[in-house]
Amino acid sequence: MITLTLFYLFSAVLVVSAAMVVSSRNPVHAVLFLILAFFNASALFLVAGAEFLAMILVIVYVGAVAVLFLFVVMMLDVDFDELRSGFQRYLPIGAAVGAVLFVELLIVFGGWKLAPDAVRFHASPTPAGVSNTEAIGMLMYTDYILLFQLAGLVLLVAMVGAIVLTLRDRKTSRHQDISVQTSRRVDETLAMVSVPLGASVTESGGFLRPIVEEPEELVGHDDHGGHGHGHDNHGHH
Amino acid sequence: MADFFYNTAVGIVILTFLQALALLVPLLIGVAYLTLAERKVLAAIQIRKGPNVVGPFGLLQPFADALKMLMKETIIPSGANRILFLLAPMLTFMLAMLAWAVIPVNDGWAIADINVGILYLFAISSLGVYGIIIAGWASNSKYAFLGALRSAAQMVSYEVSMGFVLVTVLLCVGSLNLTDVVRAQQTVWFCIPLFPMFIVFFISTLAETNRSPFDIPEGESEIVAGFFVEYSAMAFALFFLGEYANMILMSGMTTILFLGGWLGPFGILPQLGVLWFVLKICLCLFFFLWIRGTMPRYRYDQLMRLGWKVFLPLSLGWLVLTAGALMAFGWLPNV
Repeated sequence: MITLTLFYLFSAVLVVSAAMVVSSRNPVHAVLFLILAFFNASALFLVAGAEFLAMILVIVYVGAVAVLFLFVVMMLDVDFDELRSGFQRYLPIGAAVGAVLFVELLIVFGGWKLAPDAVRFHASPTPAGVSNTEAIGMLMYTDYILLFQLAGLVLLVAMVGAIVLTLRDRKTSRHQDISVQTSRRVDETLAMVSVPLGASVTESGGFLRPIVEEPEELVGHDDHGGHGHGHDNHGHH
Repeated sequence: MADFFYNTAVGIVILTFLQALALLVPLLIGVAYLTLAERKVLAAIQIRKGPNVVGPFGLLQPFADALKMLMKETIIPSGANRILFLLAPMLTFMLAMLAWAVIPVNDGWAIADINVGILYLFAISSLGVYGIIIAGWASNSKYAFLGALRSAAQMVSYEVSMGFVLVTVLLCVGSLNLTDVVRAQQTVWFCIPLFPMFIVFFISTLAETNRSPFDIPEGESEIVAGFFVEYSAMAFALFFLGEYANMILMSGMTTILFLGGWLGPFGILPQLGVLWFVLKICLCLFFFLWIRGTMPRYRYDQLMRLGWKVFLPLSLGWLVLTAGALMAFGWLPNV
């Protein structure tokens, strides 16, 4: 009874928040509704007894993916009038794509046949005597290890691709190089100077400045001011 | 009577409510006195006296502060998103309380002794970032927004290495249940064989709770007070309480995962379960305050470098090493 009530409660909130994701005007509100939908899906997993999946759903989707979503969406500067202006122009294309997808789904579900044994497994998440986590672990790491490894490989390729696309040394910023800092020796930074009594700085050899390599010019950075790290060595004689 | 509490639906609800109350009331008093302890410890580090006027030794100071917060007016900026603006502090505070449901303060003394306790804690702590992001966005202020962005990047970065540390620990335990984690430390606390992971985890908890030296989301010298710059009165107090409750929670997590939870050192005085647990939490908290009193704030790029280029490879390497050692010497649990 309680389980059933909870199921309908979570399902109802899930469906409503999913509808709000696509219908809310404000993109940040949409992402927040998406998070609510994730939560309710996770609660549904809990109702079904799949506690491990529920927690993983919260950790991965709510804790990581949706944070990045929100991060990006918050920084968008969306002009809503402009968004709505193209509605009529794109309506036929959108409708056509939607219709094709819908028909495809109908075809798939029309030809769907349940295996005769499958009905027995409805809502029986784990074999008796094994906890949920162990059951999933056995399946993934023992029975389907090859598929699991292949999925990992696909993700690795995607990750390498993302890094290759974004990692360029654009020479637009300077970075701290810890190894250069820590490998500096005393005789490179300190010099003992014996100064005659009463002599001015210019008389006793001028100001000593650290020898700093001239950094490479920053691309796309037209500054007229004399700031930066390379400035000090102009005074070096 | 026992039958009513354990076997009827109403009884179970009442019992759970009472249990939650028995845990949360001491926790909130602990939070109140943690704020006092912080001021006292910082004062001692800086050779000052600290609060000593309200009550004997300033012991009533937290309550005076709480009353002051309650009396003030909650100001909502005109450009703010009202609902989200008020939701954010509640969310932060609620999450800090929610996680305590699975913490075992003594053998068998957990409100919900669930099978996936570690994952639950990890999930709840990863949600903490929402309170901050929502607060920063809803305030409609550039400082708050900058603080929120910093905090989102920071908390997501440090979660990754924290996850690997958790995996290392649960490899040694063979269970995701927090009570099992403590029981597995009967012979030796995990802070000894997994010492580097203990350090990585502790530093990650500092970053996760936005504490000094990783308090750049607040960074009062650069972005005023970061994400809660627009908050006042009780809304601010909820953020404040949430942060301190999170500190206690993270110390509790460190205690359970690495310092043997309710177990006494060398197995002495096992009757004092809860007291040992509280003492270890206090030790961790003292380190939090001590670090705040001694370390300068990290720069943003240094923080990212530490998370991604130092902690991530280190924890991943140690995870592989631990798995290899457990396999090679046949120490794997549950085989």
